[in-house]
Amino acid sequence: MSHGLQWQAGGNDGRMSIGFERVGESPVLTTLFALLYYVAFAIFAGGVAYRIWEYWNTPKPANIPTTPQPITRLGVAWRMFKEVVFFESLWKGNKWIWIFAQLFHASLWLILIRHARYFLDPVPTLVALAQPFGKYAGLTFVLGALGLLARRMFVPRVRYISSPSDYLMLLLFLGIGISGLSMTFVNHTDIVAVKAFMLGLMTFNWQPLPASLPLVVHLGLVALWMIIFPFSKLLHAPGIFFSPTRNMPDNPREKFHPVPWLPPVDQVEYDPPHGS
Amino acid sequence: MSELEKNPDTAAEELPPEALEDPLYFDPEPKEGAAAHIRSFPAAPEFQEALGYPGERPENWKEVVLDKMQDLRGKFRSFRLFLDICVKCGSCTDKCHYYMGTADPKNMPVGRQDLLRSVYRRYFTLPGKWFPSLVGARELTEEVLDEWYTYYFQCSECRRCSVYCPYGIDTAEITMAAREILDSVGVGMKYTNEIIGKVFKVGNNLGLPKPALESTLEDLEEEIEEDTGVKVRLPLDEPADILLVTPSADFFAEPHIDGLIGYAKVFHATGAKWTLSSYASEAANFAMFIGSYENMRRVALRIRKAAIDLGVKRIIIGECGHAWRAAYQFLNTLAGPFDFLDPNYPVPQHICEYTWDAIQQGKLRFNKEENDFYKMTFHDSCNVARASRMGDYPGGQFDIPRNIIKAVCNYYYDMPEGTIKEETLCCGGGGGLLTDDLMELRKKGGSPRMKALKHVAEEHGVNKMAAICAICKTQFSKIMPYFGFAMDDIMSVHQLVSNAIVLPGSIQEKELMEEEQEEKTPDAAE
Repeated sequence: MSHGLQWQAGGNDGRMSIGFERVGESPVLTTLFALLYYVAFAIFAGGVAYRIWEYWNTPKPANIPTTPQPITRLGVAWRMFKEVVFFESLWKGNKWIWIFAQLFHASLWLILIRHARYFLDPVPTLVALAQPFGKYAGLTFVLGALGLLARRMFVPRVRYISSPSDYLMLLLFLGIGISGLSMTFVNHTDIVAVKAFMLGLMTFNWQPLPASLPLVVHLGLVALWMIIFPFSKLLHAPGIFFSPTRNMPDNPREKFHPVPWLPPVDQVEYDPPHGS
Repeated sequence: MSELEKNPDTAAEELPPEALEDPLYFDPEPKEGAAAHIRSFPAAPEFQEALGYPGERPENWKEVVLDKMQDLRGKFRSFRLFLDICVKCGSCTDKCHYYMGTADPKNMPVGRQDLLRSVYRRYFTLPGKWFPSLVGARELTEEVLDEWYTYYFQCSECRRCSVYCPYGIDTAEITMAAREILDSVGVGMKYTNEIIGKVFKVGNNLGLPKPALESTLEDLEEEIEEDTGVKVRLPLDEPADILLVTPSADFFAEPHIDGLIGYAKVFHATGAKWTLSSYASEAANFAMFIGSYENMRRVALRIRKAAIDLGVKRIIIGECGHAWRAAYQFLNTLAGPFDFLDPNYPVPQHICEYTWDAIQQGKLRFNKEENDFYKMTFHDSCNVARASRMGDYPGGQFDIPRNIIKAVCNYYYDMPEGTIKEETLCCGGGGGLLTDDLMELRKKGGSPRMKALKHVAEEHGVNKMAAICAICKTQFSKIMPYFGFAMDDIMSVHQLVSNAIVLPGSIQEKELMEEEQEEKTPDAAE
């Protein structure tokens, strides 16, 4: 993987900065990453679609919202909106987690919007306008992830419920965030070439990937993130929309929800009365 | 406070000073294994078989467990989704009253879920198959099964955790599934399963046959007549408009029975034609606790049959928390549709909805002074609060019982925020744990509620707590003495109604009229 890659200490002027510089392109690296991204995207898209199909097709045999729950579909959509955007239940549960989670997720949205410029040509106005916000969102993203990591490490209750994968997941995000930030704030990558590479992937007309270490790390970790998404707790993102305690209107008296695997009520036998 | 210390024989539990500042205070440090020794009695084979489960653990139990998990995964979206999507954020970790009371981390909601999630991951997910130790996956062993039995019978399925979960993950769903899995290999709990068997055989949890019910109801009629001078009927198995299905504890236990007297007086005062049924003499449905839809349906169908046989137009459920959930969320689903009933009324209806309607229509007359000894607070029962509704708007389940209490009592104070309404604390005895073999757990799980009550007792001099749940009432009357309260400091909401109601033609009405006369006489003299 180091073929065509070189890193050098930046600045001999006495400042303690270390940077990376692109020194060229490598056909091997380009091929490797092109294939990696096809595979990663296929696993991500196919996997998430499969999970959604699974959730969609698994029955909700009874009406079990956590009440009080709105009675109408529209009301439920509003509750879901508040849940997805404002993390309403988490707010009730724990303010610290809420702060770090909001930092993390809101930043993630801005970052994703900012990154749309690599896939869209011409760049839409909204994406262009989001650029400065997205840039600093990288910092708050890392801050949020660090906060969540600190809670995981130092709050005994949260440490108790954490598996190695829970730490690794946060480290993965930190790796993505820090490698990305290093390209924004420390040592720029040839983003025109990156965009050409991405557009090339989408049009099956491969373009060379700049051989820069932070970029390779960044893209590698993002691909890993896409691959593990459908097999991990990252499924909370599509999953929340399917959560039966949140997405069902509170209407069991008004609407008949039969249990799909039980015979209809006119085919049942009743217990005999006592003493008969 | 002096009112509260009327039980000097029982030492009140010592609380740190912080506890009095913060009604939800507890030491949140997990202590591993702190509740591992608390185990309920397992069910004997005959009680398992009566419910359609094997009596003993089969040779191939591992296979059966995994097959059952596969089966539940296909039948319940909650089970599959909740096991998949938990991110281990920690929001729920300090919310379970059993964790607050025992500090055992396996009683943290997510800790409890993980007992099963770890096995699910090992056998049903790729990362768990490939990298078990990385994702906290583990083999299914005898010790795991044992641990499931211990800790899934330390959950009251109260759904408090679900309120604080950003995805609404409801540990109750996991607990129900776990109990169903355990039952499928013959590992059941004595208390719940024996009781379900009694309902199948006799018709109610207490095993009261029709003659016993008849004589109880006759006694109550006599008692009411003595107290009021009015002949109030408690009909059994009579054709009527309204079928009242109430927890069988209402026929037997204190303060439940005073609630039953209250329902009867309300029906009498509204001129309703109502009846109880000996066949469906139980509103409770313990099959919900063990997550068995088949058994839950068998219990629910008794209500359907009684409604058909007695030719009623409406079904009303008495004061009981999980029974109201079983009725509200499950009766229609499992035993419906109820298209033969009067479509002008919801099926089923809660007795509080009925009473509140009657109050609003001015059909009931009260003398609130009868309850002036009491400074009331109200304990929201978990299943009513978080798994049902009353009235036609979300949150009616909080307002209607409070409205009734305020209509019949002069003094009412809520317990602190964070311990009431949707955030209410379980009594500690719900979910099928109301058994003496779990007394230690019941005390510890009830302690957060008791702290909240102490808070309001000190602040406002509250001396009685009302509830609308048979389990809450039994649990509190048992544990309150350990916390410096008296066993009769828990009351039924309809007991308060019963105290204050002025029935037409009653002694109370006459007394009131005489009082009014006396008040008028001096005026006339002026």
